[in-house]
Amino acid sequence: MSWSHEIPGGSAWSTPVRAGRLVTLTALGDDANASVLLFGPDRLDRLNVPDTLKAQMSACIRPPLVLMSDRGLALASVVSATQPWHDALTGFGHDRHLERFGPSSYATDRNEWRRSARLGLVSELTKHGLGEADLHGSVNFFSKVAIADDARASLSWTPGHTSAGDQVVLRTELDLLLVVSTAPHPLSDAPYAPAGVQVEVAVAPSTVEDDPSWLVRDESARALEMSRRVLA
Amino acid sequence: MTSTLPTSTLGATALDTVVQAGDGALVPVPAGGRLRIVDLHGNQAVDTLLYDAHDVDNRYSAFDTIREQQAVYLTTGSRLLSSRLDELAVITDDTCGRHDTVGGACAQESNVIRYGEHTRHQHACRETFLRYGAPAGIGQRQLGHNINFFMNVPVTPAGGLVFDDGLSAPGKYVELTASRDVLVLISNCPQLNNPCNGWDPTAVQLLGWWD
Repeated sequence: MSWSHEIPGGSAWSTPVRAGRLVTLTALGDDANASVLLFGPDRLDRLNVPDTLKAQMSACIRPPLVLMSDRGLALASVVSATQPWHDALTGFGHDRHLERFGPSSYATDRNEWRRSARLGLVSELTKHGLGEADLHGSVNFFSKVAIADDARASLSWTPGHTSAGDQVVLRTELDLLLVVSTAPHPLSDAPYAPAGVQVEVAVAPSTVEDDPSWLVRDESARALEMSRRVLA
Repeated sequence: MTSTLPTSTLGATALDTVVQAGDGALVPVPAGGRLRIVDLHGNQAVDTLLYDAHDVDNRYSAFDTIREQQAVYLTTGSRLLSSRLDELAVITDDTCGRHDTVGGACAQESNVIRYGEHTRHQHACRETFLRYGAPAGIGQRQLGHNINFFMNVPVTPAGGLVFDDGLSAPGKYVELTASRDVLVLISNCPQLNNPCNGWDPTAVQLLGWWD
Protein backbone atom coordinates (compact mmCIF):
# COMPACT_ATOMS: atom_id res chain seq x y z
CA MET A 1 0.00 0.00 0.00
CA SER A 2 1.78 3.13 -1.16
CA TRP A 3 1.15 6.21 -3.23
CA SER A 4 3.15 9.03 -4.66
CA HIS A 5 2.80 12.58 -5.89
CA GLU A 6 5.10 14.71 -8.01
CA ILE A 7 5.40 18.32 -6.85
CA PRO A 8 6.51 20.45 -9.81
CA GLY A 9 9.45 22.77 -9.25
CA GLY A 10 8.48 26.14 -7.81
CA SER A 11 5.28 24.84 -6.21
CA ALA A 12 3.92 24.17 -2.74
CA TRP A 13 1.91 21.25 -1.43
CA SER A 14 0.77 19.72 1.84
CA THR A 15 -0.56 16.39 2.99
CA PRO A 16 -1.39 14.64 6.23
CA VAL A 17 0.75 11.55 6.80
CA ARG A 18 -0.05 9.04 9.51
CA ALA A 19 2.47 7.76 12.02
CA GLY A 20 4.57 4.81 10.95
CA ARG A 21 4.97 5.73 7.30
CA LEU A 22 8.05 6.04 5.18
CA VAL A 23 8.09 9.29 3.24
CA THR A 24 10.57 9.20 0.37
CA LEU A 25 11.51 12.49 -1.25
CA THR A 26 13.15 12.10 -4.65
CA ALA A 27 14.83 14.96 -6.52
CA LEU A 28 13.53 15.05 -10.07
CA GLY A 29 16.29 17.36 -11.30
CA ASP A 30 19.66 18.82 -10.38
CA ASP A 31 19.85 21.27 -7.47
CA ALA A 32 16.36 20.42 -6.27
CA ASN A 33 15.24 22.02 -3.02
CA ALA A 34 12.41 20.89 -0.75
CA SER A 35 11.73 23.36 2.07
CA VAL A 36 9.75 21.32 4.58
CA LEU A 37 7.59 22.36 7.54
CA LEU A 38 6.15 19.75 9.91
CA PHE A 39 3.23 19.84 12.37
CA GLY A 40 2.25 17.30 14.99
CA PRO A 41 -1.18 15.73 15.48
CA ASP A 42 -2.78 18.81 17.09
CA ARG A 43 -1.43 21.18 14.39
CA LEU A 44 -0.06 23.46 17.11
CA ASP A 45 3.07 21.54 17.95
CA ARG A 46 5.58 21.97 15.15
CA LEU A 47 9.11 21.29 14.01
CA ASN A 48 11.72 23.02 16.15
CA VAL A 49 14.99 23.18 14.23
CA PRO A 50 17.03 24.72 17.08
CA ASP A 51 15.96 21.99 19.50
CA THR A 52 16.61 19.34 16.83
CA LEU A 53 20.12 20.61 16.16
CA LYS A 54 21.22 21.31 19.73
CA ALA A 55 19.92 18.03 21.13
CA GLN A 56 21.85 16.09 18.50
CA MET A 57 24.80 18.48 18.21
CA SER A 58 24.58 18.96 14.49
CA ALA A 59 24.51 22.05 12.28
CA CYS A 60 22.68 20.19 9.50
CA ILE A 61 20.05 17.51 9.06
CA ARG A 62 21.32 14.05 8.14
CA PRO A 63 20.57 10.39 8.83
CA PRO A 64 19.79 9.06 11.38
CA LEU A 65 18.82 12.26 13.25
CA VAL A 66 15.35 12.71 14.69
CA LEU A 67 13.30 15.81 13.78
CA MET A 68 11.94 17.19 17.06
CA SER A 69 9.00 19.42 17.93
CA ASP A 70 8.50 22.38 20.26
CA ARG A 71 6.95 19.96 22.72
CA GLY A 72 9.92 17.62 22.77
CA LEU A 73 8.42 14.93 20.56
CA ALA A 74 10.01 13.05 17.69
CA LEU A 75 8.01 14.04 14.61
CA ALA A 76 10.06 12.02 12.11
CA SER A 77 13.35 10.18 11.82
CA VAL A 78 15.73 10.59 8.90
CA VAL A 79 16.10 6.96 7.84
CA SER A 80 18.45 7.45 4.92
CA ALA A 81 19.66 10.02 2.44
CA THR A 82 21.94 9.96 -0.57
CA GLN A 83 23.60 13.16 0.64
CA PRO A 84 24.94 13.65 4.17
CA TRP A 85 23.93 17.31 4.54
CA HIS A 86 20.54 19.02 4.37
CA ASP A 87 20.39 22.71 5.26
CA ALA A 88 18.32 23.87 8.22
CA LEU A 89 20.00 27.19 9.01
CA THR A 90 18.79 29.52 6.28
CA GLY A 91 15.01 29.27 6.04
CA PHE A 92 12.85 29.37 2.95
CA GLY A 93 12.67 31.93 0.15
CA HIS A 94 10.64 35.14 0.03
CA ASP A 95 9.30 37.15 -2.89
CA ARG A 96 12.46 39.25 -2.64
CA HIS A 97 14.59 36.28 -3.67
CA LEU A 98 12.75 36.00 -6.98
CA GLU A 99 13.18 39.65 -7.94
CA ARG A 100 16.43 38.95 -9.78
CA PHE A 101 14.48 36.98 -12.35
CA GLY A 102 12.26 39.95 -13.20
CA PRO A 103 8.50 40.24 -13.02
CA SER A 104 6.28 37.21 -13.34
CA SER A 105 2.54 36.80 -13.13
CA TYR A 106 -0.14 34.33 -13.94
CA ALA A 107 -1.36 36.66 -16.70
CA THR A 108 1.95 36.49 -18.56
CA ASP A 109 3.37 33.12 -17.54
CA ARG A 110 0.28 31.05 -16.71
CA ASN A 111 1.25 28.15 -14.41
CA GLU A 112 4.96 28.72 -14.98
CA TRP A 113 4.77 31.93 -12.96
CA ARG A 114 7.35 32.33 -10.25
CA ARG A 115 6.04 32.25 -6.70
CA SER A 116 8.08 32.26 -3.53
CA ALA A 117 8.34 29.49 -0.98
CA ARG A 118 6.82 31.77 1.66
CA LEU A 119 3.77 32.54 -0.45
CA GLY A 120 3.16 28.87 -1.17
CA LEU A 121 3.78 27.71 2.39
CA VAL A 122 1.42 30.30 3.88
CA SER A 123 -1.24 29.31 1.33
CA GLU A 124 -0.90 25.65 2.30
CA LEU A 125 -0.98 26.50 6.02
CA THR A 126 -4.11 28.57 5.57
CA LYS A 127 -5.91 25.61 3.97
CA HIS A 128 -5.42 23.78 7.28
CA GLY A 129 -6.61 26.65 9.46
CA LEU A 130 -3.04 27.74 10.15
CA GLY A 131 -1.20 30.78 8.83
CA GLU A 132 1.76 33.10 9.03
CA ALA A 133 2.08 32.67 12.80
CA ASP A 134 2.78 28.98 12.27
CA LEU A 135 5.78 29.42 9.98
CA HIS A 136 8.96 28.07 11.51
CA GLY A 137 12.50 27.17 10.58
CA SER A 138 12.38 24.76 7.65
CA VAL A 139 14.56 21.85 6.68
CA ASN A 140 15.76 22.49 3.15
CA PHE A 141 16.18 18.95 1.95
CA PHE A 142 18.65 18.46 -0.92
CA SER A 143 20.34 21.83 -0.27
CA LYS A 144 23.69 22.44 1.38
CA VAL A 145 24.79 25.80 2.72
CA ALA A 146 28.43 25.41 3.65
CA ILE A 147 29.80 26.88 6.89
CA ALA A 148 33.17 28.63 6.68
CA ASP A 149 35.84 28.34 9.36
CA ASP A 150 35.91 32.08 10.00
CA ALA A 151 34.99 34.48 12.81
CA ARG A 152 31.30 34.77 11.89
CA ALA A 153 30.74 31.28 10.48
CA SER A 154 30.03 32.64 7.01
CA LEU A 155 27.60 30.74 4.82
CA SER A 156 27.56 29.93 1.12
CA TRP A 157 25.13 27.90 -0.97
CA THR A 158 26.75 24.85 -2.56
CA PRO A 159 25.87 24.35 -6.24
CA GLY A 160 25.74 20.82 -7.56
CA HIS A 161 24.93 19.29 -4.18
CA THR A 162 21.96 17.37 -5.52
CA SER A 163 21.40 15.48 -8.76
CA ALA A 164 18.26 14.01 -10.24
CA GLY A 165 17.48 10.77 -8.42
CA ASP A 166 18.88 11.78 -5.04
CA GLN A 167 16.62 10.69 -2.20
CA VAL A 168 15.77 11.29 1.45
CA VAL A 169 13.68 8.82 3.41
CA LEU A 170 11.83 9.94 6.55
CA ARG A 171 9.84 7.79 8.95
CA THR A 172 6.88 9.54 10.58
CA GLU A 173 6.80 8.99 14.34
CA LEU A 174 3.43 10.73 14.86
CA ASP A 175 0.50 11.71 12.67
CA LEU A 176 1.91 14.70 10.81
CA LEU A 177 1.01 17.50 8.49
CA LEU A 178 3.78 17.70 5.89
CA VAL A 179 4.13 21.03 4.09
CA VAL A 180 6.60 21.29 1.20
CA SER A 181 7.79 24.05 -1.12
CA THR A 182 9.93 23.26 -4.16
CA ALA A 183 10.89 26.90 -4.79
CA PRO A 184 14.62 27.43 -5.29
CA HIS A 185 16.83 27.72 -2.25
CA PRO A 186 16.92 31.42 -1.34
CA LEU A 187 20.72 31.55 -1.50
CA SER A 188 20.91 29.86 -4.90
CA ASP A 189 22.47 32.04 -7.58
CA ALA A 190 21.54 29.67 -10.40
CA PRO A 191 19.16 30.53 -13.25
CA TYR A 192 15.49 29.92 -12.47
CA ALA A 193 14.94 26.23 -13.18
CA PRO A 194 13.50 24.71 -9.99
CA ALA A 195 13.43 20.93 -10.01
CA GLY A 196 10.38 18.95 -9.02
CA VAL A 197 10.31 16.59 -6.06
CA GLN A 198 8.42 13.30 -5.84
CA VAL A 199 6.85 12.38 -2.51
CA GLU A 200 6.13 8.71 -1.96
CA VAL A 201 4.31 7.44 1.15
CA ALA A 202 4.40 3.79 2.19
CA VAL A 203 3.86 1.82 5.39
CA ALA A 204 7.10 1.58 7.35
CA PRO A 205 8.34 -1.77 8.59
CA SER A 206 8.22 -2.16 12.37
CA THR A 207 11.07 -0.40 14.10
CA VAL A 208 13.73 -2.91 15.06
CA GLU A 209 15.89 -2.92 18.16
CA ASP A 210 18.98 -1.72 16.36
CA ASP A 211 17.23 1.16 14.59
CA PRO A 212 19.94 3.80 13.99
CA SER A 213 17.71 6.71 15.07
CA TRP A 214 17.11 5.06 18.46
CA LEU A 215 20.81 4.35 18.87
CA VAL A 216 22.49 7.50 17.58
CA ARG A 217 22.20 9.51 20.80
CA ASP A 218 20.41 9.30 24.13
CA GLU A 219 18.61 12.53 23.21
CA SER A 220 17.25 11.02 19.99
CA ALA A 221 16.04 7.95 21.84
CA ARG A 222 14.31 10.06 24.51
CA ALA A 223 12.42 12.05 21.86
CA LEU A 224 11.36 8.82 20.15
CA GLU A 225 10.25 7.42 23.52
CA MET A 226 8.10 10.50 24.18
CA SER A 227 6.36 10.00 20.83
CA ARG A 228 5.93 6.31 21.56
CA ARG A 229 4.06 7.30 24.73
CA VAL A 230 1.75 9.59 22.74
CA LEU A 231 0.78 6.64 20.55
CA ALA A 232 0.64 4.08 23.38
CA MET B 1 23.52 50.39 39.35
CA THR B 2 24.75 53.33 37.32
CA SER B 3 25.88 53.29 33.75
CA THR B 4 29.51 53.92 32.93
CA LEU B 5 28.44 55.57 29.69
CA PRO B 6 28.38 59.26 28.90
CA THR B 7 24.60 59.12 28.92
CA SER B 8 24.35 62.75 27.86
CA THR B 9 25.06 61.57 24.31
CA LEU B 10 22.32 58.98 24.44
CA GLY B 11 19.24 60.92 25.46
CA ALA B 12 17.26 60.39 28.61
CA THR B 13 17.66 57.16 30.49
CA ALA B 14 14.26 55.57 30.01
CA LEU B 15 14.99 52.23 31.58
CA ASP B 16 17.38 50.96 34.21
CA THR B 17 16.36 47.68 35.77
CA VAL B 18 17.80 44.37 36.83
CA VAL B 19 16.31 41.08 35.67
CA GLN B 20 17.06 38.34 38.16
CA ALA B 21 18.13 34.86 37.12
CA GLY B 22 15.15 32.93 35.82
CA ASP B 23 12.96 36.01 35.50
CA GLY B 24 11.96 37.88 32.37
CA ALA B 25 10.68 41.12 30.92
CA LEU B 26 8.61 42.51 28.07
CA VAL B 27 10.20 45.80 27.08
CA PRO B 28 8.59 48.18 24.56
CA VAL B 29 11.32 50.09 22.72
CA PRO B 30 10.26 52.88 20.37
CA ALA B 31 11.84 53.35 16.95
CA GLY B 32 15.30 54.83 17.42
CA GLY B 33 15.48 53.76 21.06
CA ARG B 34 18.50 51.90 22.35
CA LEU B 35 18.32 48.92 24.65
CA ARG B 36 21.47 47.66 26.32
CA ILE B 37 21.67 44.26 28.00
CA VAL B 38 24.51 44.00 30.50
CA ASP B 39 25.88 40.63 31.56
CA LEU B 40 26.53 41.71 35.15
CA HIS B 41 28.31 38.60 36.36
CA GLY B 42 29.46 36.96 33.11
CA ASN B 43 28.44 33.92 31.06
CA GLN B 44 24.71 34.52 31.37
CA ALA B 45 22.51 33.59 28.41
CA VAL B 46 19.73 36.10 27.74
CA ASP B 47 17.10 34.49 25.54
CA THR B 48 15.49 37.22 23.49
CA LEU B 49 12.64 37.58 20.99
CA LEU B 50 11.58 40.74 19.15
CA TYR B 51 8.18 41.67 17.80
CA ASP B 52 6.78 44.52 15.76
CA ALA B 53 4.94 46.36 18.55
CA HIS B 54 1.94 46.91 16.28
CA ASP B 55 1.69 43.35 14.88
CA VAL B 56 3.19 40.47 16.86
CA ASP B 57 2.96 38.15 13.84
CA ASN B 58 5.74 40.27 12.35
CA ARG B 59 8.32 38.74 14.64
CA TYR B 60 12.04 38.09 14.83
CA SER B 61 13.14 35.31 12.51
CA ALA B 62 16.46 33.69 13.36
CA PHE B 63 16.93 31.87 10.08
CA ASP B 64 15.91 34.83 7.90
CA THR B 65 18.41 36.92 9.86
CA ILE B 66 21.17 34.34 9.41
CA ARG B 67 20.51 33.89 5.71
CA GLU B 68 20.39 37.58 4.85
CA GLN B 69 23.71 38.27 6.61
CA GLN B 70 25.14 35.00 5.25
CA ALA B 71 26.75 34.28 8.60
CA VAL B 72 25.67 32.31 11.65
CA TYR B 73 26.81 34.49 14.56
CA LEU B 74 25.30 37.82 15.56
CA THR B 75 27.43 40.85 16.46
CA THR B 76 27.68 44.59 15.84
CA GLY B 77 26.03 45.40 12.53
CA SER B 78 23.73 42.38 12.49
CA ARG B 79 20.28 43.39 11.26
CA LEU B 80 17.62 41.55 13.24
CA LEU B 81 14.99 40.75 10.63
CA SER B 82 11.39 39.69 10.94
CA SER B 83 9.62 36.81 9.27
CA ARG B 84 8.52 39.40 6.65
CA LEU B 85 12.13 40.58 6.21
CA ASP B 86 11.45 43.86 7.96
CA GLU B 87 14.34 45.20 10.03
CA LEU B 88 13.20 45.16 13.67
CA ALA B 89 16.49 46.30 15.22
CA VAL B 90 20.21 46.45 14.61
CA ILE B 91 22.98 45.40 16.99
CA THR B 92 24.81 48.70 17.34
CA ASP B 93 27.29 47.86 20.07
CA ASP B 94 28.73 44.62 21.39
CA THR B 95 31.59 44.19 23.83
CA CYS B 96 31.13 40.40 23.97
CA GLY B 97 31.91 39.70 20.32
CA ARG B 98 29.35 37.21 19.19
CA HIS B 99 25.97 35.81 20.07
CA ASP B 100 23.96 32.73 19.15
CA THR B 101 20.66 32.50 17.32
CA VAL B 102 20.71 28.81 16.34
CA GLY B 103 20.42 27.17 19.75
CA GLY B 104 16.86 28.13 20.62
CA ALA B 105 15.43 28.45 24.11
CA CYS B 106 15.26 25.87 26.82
CA ALA B 107 11.86 24.37 27.60
CA GLN B 108 10.73 21.81 30.13
CA GLU B 109 9.99 19.49 27.23
CA SER B 110 13.35 19.88 25.52
CA ASN B 111 15.14 19.56 28.87
CA VAL B 112 13.64 16.09 29.17
CA ILE B 113 15.06 15.22 25.74
CA ARG B 114 18.49 16.67 26.48
CA TYR B 115 18.98 15.75 30.13
CA GLY B 116 16.35 13.23 31.12
CA GLU B 117 13.01 12.97 32.89
CA HIS B 118 14.39 14.31 36.18
CA THR B 119 14.56 17.83 34.65
CA ARG B 120 10.86 17.88 33.65
CA HIS B 121 9.86 20.34 36.35
CA GLN B 122 12.89 22.59 36.33
CA HIS B 123 12.21 26.20 35.36
CA ALA B 124 12.88 26.98 31.68
CA CYS B 125 12.89 29.90 29.27
CA ARG B 126 9.66 28.96 27.53
CA GLU B 127 7.77 29.33 30.81
CA THR B 128 9.14 32.86 31.11
CA PHE B 129 8.39 33.73 27.47
CA LEU B 130 4.78 32.58 27.81
CA ARG B 131 4.27 34.42 31.09
CA TYR B 132 5.68 37.77 30.01
CA GLY B 133 4.41 37.49 26.43
CA ALA B 134 0.79 36.83 27.33
CA PRO B 135 -0.25 40.47 27.95
CA ALA B 136 0.88 41.32 24.39
CA GLY B 137 -0.93 38.37 22.80
CA ILE B 138 2.27 36.35 22.43
CA GLY B 139 1.39 32.69 22.93
CA GLN B 140 2.85 29.39 21.87
CA ARG B 141 2.21 30.03 18.16
CA GLN B 142 4.02 33.36 18.37
CA LEU B 143 7.19 31.91 19.89
CA GLY B 144 9.70 31.84 17.06
CA HIS B 145 13.34 30.85 17.25
CA ASN B 146 15.18 33.26 19.53
CA ILE B 147 18.50 35.00 20.06
CA ASN B 148 20.75 33.85 22.89
CA PHE B 149 22.78 36.89 23.82
CA PHE B 150 26.14 36.06 25.43
CA MET B 151 25.81 32.38 24.48
CA ASN B 152 28.50 30.58 22.54
CA VAL B 153 27.31 27.88 20.15
CA PRO B 154 30.10 27.26 17.66
CA VAL B 155 29.28 25.54 14.37
CA THR B 156 31.91 23.92 12.18
CA PRO B 157 32.52 23.35 8.45
CA ALA B 158 32.02 19.63 9.12
CA GLY B 159 28.48 20.30 10.38
CA GLY B 160 29.13 20.08 14.10
CA LEU B 161 27.44 22.24 16.74
CA VAL B 162 28.12 22.41 20.47
CA PHE B 163 27.10 24.48 23.49
CA ASP B 164 30.42 25.81 24.67
CA ASP B 165 31.71 27.85 27.56
CA GLY B 166 30.68 31.44 27.12
CA LEU B 167 32.86 34.19 25.68
CA SER B 168 31.26 36.75 27.94
CA ALA B 169 32.53 38.20 31.20
CA PRO B 170 31.22 40.48 33.95
CA GLY B 171 30.16 43.84 32.53
CA LYS B 172 30.08 42.83 28.88
CA TYR B 173 27.08 44.20 27.07
CA VAL B 174 25.19 44.19 23.79
CA GLU B 175 23.11 47.11 22.55
CA LEU B 176 20.19 47.12 20.12
CA THR B 177 18.79 50.11 18.28
CA ALA B 178 15.15 49.67 17.34
CA SER B 179 14.37 50.20 13.66
CA ARG B 180 10.66 50.48 14.38
CA ASP B 181 8.52 50.26 17.50
CA VAL B 182 9.31 46.84 18.94
CA LEU B 183 8.54 44.65 21.89
CA VAL B 184 11.59 42.87 23.30
CA LEU B 185 10.69 39.69 25.15
CA ILE B 186 13.46 38.51 27.44
CA SER B 187 14.03 35.39 29.47
CA ASN B 188 17.07 35.50 31.71
CA CYS B 189 17.90 31.83 31.25
CA PRO B 190 17.51 29.52 34.27
CA GLN B 191 19.28 26.53 32.66
CA LEU B 192 21.34 24.57 35.19
CA ASN B 193 22.34 21.60 33.05
CA ASN B 194 24.86 23.05 30.61
CA PRO B 195 27.57 25.73 30.61
CA CYS B 196 25.43 28.41 28.93
CA ASN B 197 25.02 30.17 32.30
CA GLY B 198 28.31 29.05 33.75
CA TRP B 199 26.31 26.44 35.73
CA ASP B 200 25.04 29.29 37.93
CA PRO B 201 22.39 31.64 36.45
CA THR B 202 22.85 35.27 37.48
CA ALA B 203 21.16 38.66 37.07
CA VAL B 204 21.44 40.96 34.05
CA GLN B 205 20.79 44.69 33.72
CA LEU B 206 18.62 46.38 31.12
CA LEU B 207 19.40 49.96 30.22
CA GLY B 208 17.30 51.92 27.76
CA TRP B 209 17.64 55.31 26.15
CA TRP B 210 14.83 56.93 24.24
CA ASP B 211 12.72 60.02 24.43
